[in-house]
Amino acid sequence: MLLLHVLLPILFCGLAFVIRSNEKRPWLLPIGGGIHFLFTCAILFGKAPAPADAWLGLDPLNKVVLGFLSLLFFLCSVYARGYLVGRPKQPNRIFTASLFAFLGMLTLATLAQHLGLMWVAIEACTLSSAPLLYFNQNPRSLEATWKYLLIGSVGIALALLGSYFLAYSALHGGMSASLFFRDLVGEATHLSHPWLRASFILLFVGYGTKMGLAPMHTWKPDAYGEAPGLVGALLAGGLTTAAFLAVLRFFQICNAAHDVAFARSMMVTIGLFSMALAAVFMVRQRDYKRMLAYSSVEHMGILVLGIGIGGAGVFGSLLHFINNGLTKGVLFLAAANIHRAYGSKRVEDVSGAIRRLPVTGALFLAGFFAITGSPPFGPFFSEFTILRAAVSGGRFWVAGLFLAMLFVVFVGMSSTVFAVVQGEPSARASQSGYKDNFFTLAPIIVFLGLVLLLGVYLPYPLSHALQQAAGFIEMNP
Amino acid sequence: MHTLVGPLLVFVLLLNLFLLGTSRLTAVINASAAQGVILGALTLCVHEGFGVWMVLITIVTILVKGVLIPGMLLRAIRDAAIRREIEPFIGFLPCLLLGALGTGASLIFARTLPLAKEHVASLLVPAAMATVWTGFLVLTTRRKAINQVVGYLVLENGIYIMGLTLLHAMPFMVEMGVLLDLFVGIFVMGIILNHIRREFSSLDTAHLSALKE
Repeated sequence: MLLLHVLLPILFCGLAFVIRSNEKRPWLLPIGGGIHFLFTCAILFGKAPAPADAWLGLDPLNKVVLGFLSLLFFLCSVYARGYLVGRPKQPNRIFTASLFAFLGMLTLATLAQHLGLMWVAIEACTLSSAPLLYFNQNPRSLEATWKYLLIGSVGIALALLGSYFLAYSALHGGMSASLFFRDLVGEATHLSHPWLRASFILLFVGYGTKMGLAPMHTWKPDAYGEAPGLVGALLAGGLTTAAFLAVLRFFQICNAAHDVAFARSMMVTIGLFSMALAAVFMVRQRDYKRMLAYSSVEHMGILVLGIGIGGAGVFGSLLHFINNGLTKGVLFLAAANIHRAYGSKRVEDVSGAIRRLPVTGALFLAGFFAITGSPPFGPFFSEFTILRAAVSGGRFWVAGLFLAMLFVVFVGMSSTVFAVVQGEPSARASQSGYKDNFFTLAPIIVFLGLVLLLGVYLPYPLSHALQQAAGFIEMNP
Repeated sequence: MHTLVGPLLVFVLLLNLFLLGTSRLTAVINASAAQGVILGALTLCVHEGFGVWMVLITIVTILVKGVLIPGMLLRAIRDAAIRREIEPFIGFLPCLLLGALGTGASLIFARTLPLAKEHVASLLVPAAMATVWTGFLVLTTRRKAINQVVGYLVLENGIYIMGLTLLHAMPFMVEMGVLLDLFVGIFVMGIILNHIRREFSSLDTAHLSALKE
């Protein structure tokens, strides 16, 4: 059943190669994405739970992640249909096939219950997303793809070394050398601590590179800046989430081994550093897509910060990865529409977006308020939960720095966003005949609706699932 | 068989130093290929019993690391008509010295590590660290994009040596998956290299500096 879930996108990947028509092929995306999403719902809400397969399996943590990723891909695939039809001259065979391969590997990475299998799947995610970055086939996207591949591969290689260290830690502790997560967590108290610590550092650096935590974030502004907006949304919400899931799994092992203080302090430090660095680069940022990339660095920092703080912070972090992913969907897709209309992503060339594209412009603005943590949107509540966890844990310095950086980001981001949205439409506004249509608007509206919903009302099934996931991460066998 | 492990690892370490000291690209690629073949042979030597899986892993490792990937890279430099690395960010001699220092340091450092009984006297762990260090040096000091790929390969080789301490723990399918990822990764890098060459008529990464703040 679960294996089928991984193979389904691969089947569509093959179909994308078979279909010859460049105009009809994009239809595959919403169809495949929709089926994947329905399938996910059936798995998550079905009466009979999927059997606990040895290699692939569901646990409270990856249930939440799987549901989120499938929804994200579905909405992005609807947008992709509109985007690709709007660019009929660009061949989209490899792009469509890569999108499905990416979805398949993302699903595999989420469901994997084995240390090695998860590594293989996340590396495969990177490789299948490389052609997505190179869609525009110009020197700038070439440079971005090269950096993405090289930095990503080296990062993930370190994660492999870390995985080996973790396995060695089990071996040295005299355990049966099983690398299934449930066994590692179950027998964590026997792990050899020096190796465990070394492995966590390497794994955190390795998967942190994939997440785009500072100072391993350097590929991110280039990649998100040059890739089509929908790829930015998929990477910022999808790939980073898979890497975050990996970090959480290793955190869980450290926690079960009663050796978690160093991991926590490392996460708090790197989290705050990522936020600070992103804040510095967001002030006076002249490129609105790169600005979104730095915003992603910032929010990855918030995610690990919440885990590092612990307590209610874990719940806050889990809620925040959903909020951040959905809001990034709004921002990247709206930015993509603006980019299409103006043919530029520099603030100098773009102004008056709200007149040129009234709906997209308004959505972009709302997305900005949401991501900077303004009520009543979802991110406000998840960030507030993390802040409260810091204060109630007596970490006033952390809470103060967190607030200060959120403020700087708000100010920095607002100058760029308002320059894009307000004013008279610039000369470039009439350069392309791009008009908003159903496919390029509906997904953004749904994203924003969900962000708003999560801010006003957290449905019980979701809050229950998040509670369970938080308990699962911090469980002590 | 077990007695061969030491000499083979020494050979790997010597190849590391050779990689750092030479400027000819074909020699660099061939050295990494030789390393790949040795790693394959090591897989068999580290383990006493000949299992079917061990033999398969050996064959696939030699095929991927020793034949397919170097073949792709050699073709890429033939198409691009480049032979030498000129002006690396750090000269060849300082690089060689750094490599030698790193190797010495990993030998000393490995003694202080809490190793399992069977690995205390073995060179596996220090050789893995020294090779990872060499990979990093090549990756960061060279200008030509193709040399960076070789650096990444050497880094992977080092990690593979670390993996040899755990062959019983890593299931066969995962080992294959790792190798497949490596192969596809280098393949995709090769395609991008080809595009870089067509776009800039060169493989110098100095051209790849348009994106910055």
